[in-house]
Amino acid sequence: MSAHLLVLECGPATSIQDAGRFGYQRQGLSPSGPMDALALAAANALAGNGPGTAALEFALSGGRLRAVGGAVRLALAGAPFGLRVEDEPVADHRAFTLYEGAMLALAAPRRGVFACLAAAGGLDPPAALGSRAFHRRAGLGGLDGRGLRAGDRIPVPAAPGGPERALGPLPLDADEPIRVVLGPQDDRFTRTGLDTLLGSAFTVSAQADRMGVSLDGPAVEHGPEGFNIVSDATVFGSIQVPGSGRPIVLMADRQTTGGYPKIATVISSDLRRIAQRRPGETVRFQAVSVEEAVRLARERAGLIAALPGRLVPVSTREERLMAANLAGAAVDALGDALGP
Amino acid sequence: MPSPIRLLVCADTALTVELGDDIDRDVNAAVLALERRVLSARLPGVVETVPTYRSLTLHIDPAVADPGELGPAVLRLATGEPPLPPPCRGWRVPVVYGGAHGIDLDAVAGRHGMSPAEVVARHCASEYRVFMVGFLPGYAYLGGLDPRLALSRRPSPRPSTPAGTISIGGRQALVASVAAPSGWHLLGRTPVRSFMPGRDPVFLFEPGDAIRFEPIPASEWDDLDRAAAAGETVARPA
Repeated sequence: MSAHLLVLECGPATSIQDAGRFGYQRQGLSPSGPMDALALAAANALAGNGPGTAALEFALSGGRLRAVGGAVRLALAGAPFGLRVEDEPVADHRAFTLYEGAMLALAAPRRGVFACLAAAGGLDPPAALGSRAFHRRAGLGGLDGRGLRAGDRIPVPAAPGGPERALGPLPLDADEPIRVVLGPQDDRFTRTGLDTLLGSAFTVSAQADRMGVSLDGPAVEHGPEGFNIVSDATVFGSIQVPGSGRPIVLMADRQTTGGYPKIATVISSDLRRIAQRRPGETVRFQAVSVEEAVRLARERAGLIAALPGRLVPVSTREERLMAANLAGAAVDALGDALGP
Repeated sequence: MPSPIRLLVCADTALTVELGDDIDRDVNAAVLALERRVLSARLPGVVETVPTYRSLTLHIDPAVADPGELGPAVLRLATGEPPLPPPCRGWRVPVVYGGAHGIDLDAVAGRHGMSPAEVVARHCASEYRVFMVGFLPGYAYLGGLDPRLALSRRPSPRPSTPAGTISIGGRQALVASVAAPSGWHLLGRTPVRSFMPGRDPVFLFEPGDAIRFEPIPASEWDDLDRAAAAGETVARPA
């Protein structure tokens, strides 16, 4: 049974993202994929999907969607977007049904930037080069190679119902340092430049999007060889420093190669920290070892793999309370046993 | 004397193997050879590889492999038996030079004390090698420019240059695939789409491919551009 989500309104940076499109960086195409991979995995776990299933990614702006042609099961994770179904509030990090014809509204978040809205069975537009992830510069993925706009219809499997499940909130870590490993071109900076990177407070500038996050703050000083290198490859998290000395963190839709030296690289488990910082918010960097970065990446991979087991069956509690009420006995004792 | 190999770690997600620090055909050939060895070795955790002018980057899944620990295995590959020379594909790429298609041709000619026709002749005389496809999808960076055409970049980049732009910067030549800002000198434009979603193949040029440019009159632009838009490669295998 095919249903779809009709987009009534959305911000300009709303897009469809899945785990990403790998294998084409040698052709100049960066993988795209979620800015907050944990948010995508959590939303998908709530919806009963695998962690990299295609979902909607919202950035700073909310929107309105309507279920057409059938009911769909949805769940949002990431920045708190203030969900309402037909004007009734719905908690984040909880699966819910959007009945046929019902409208879901997302309010712009006051904290964080990105959230993912997953649908049971996954969003199902045609894939491009093996992925549904939208890449703006390439005009690939998403819906017909473009971002979302009002009037779009996103194919999604109809799902009349499903288990009521919730997850604890994902901390946005707004005050935590962004951990980096120095290099690959830290030798192209002076001691002062390295100290500036690791000892200063930077601010996320207005130039922050899926390609890169440009930082305001003290200039990071290059060494005597200057700020041009023979271009080499970038990664999600490369911190390149152009001639201005203002660092730019390269993100999911980045250029695949670059000719500015990269002073450090954000570790993969902290990419969501930098992604979720809003323009004007503070960024501090902290250096860690490669071993520590790998350890944290494996811890994150373990957490993502364990997400389905961490789902809390919310409605079971309500049903059991209801059953207890009907039985007319021991409501308080049952409440104690279930906990908060 | 080859420069020593440098291993550069990019946090937990990549390892860059630097084989030199110059833009050079032999260094680039060594990069592509190393890529072939890395791919055939099927090292666990290596998600994809990116050859550039003088280095090879291995993108790594840190849940499977530790980029700090992959170094010795990669070094063994880099110093192992020389592999078969990579297969070299050749392309003939039609270009409309000058005028609205190449707005910097006359200025480049003036800077070099040549006629525009001589610049075109020299640009077409070289066999280029694709050293790197990067920055944006399908952007082909070429080595092999006639040294007499070399010219440092423009002082201020243009905010937008069209898809298909054929340009030079320093000692390099470029085939641009999508519209983008550029500080290079625009000699002409090709109707060839080196990147075209929905066409098979989506990407035309591979690192290591050989490319020659062929001048065509502006009157042929519309027909070739229409054919390319319909999905023809337009570039002919050489």
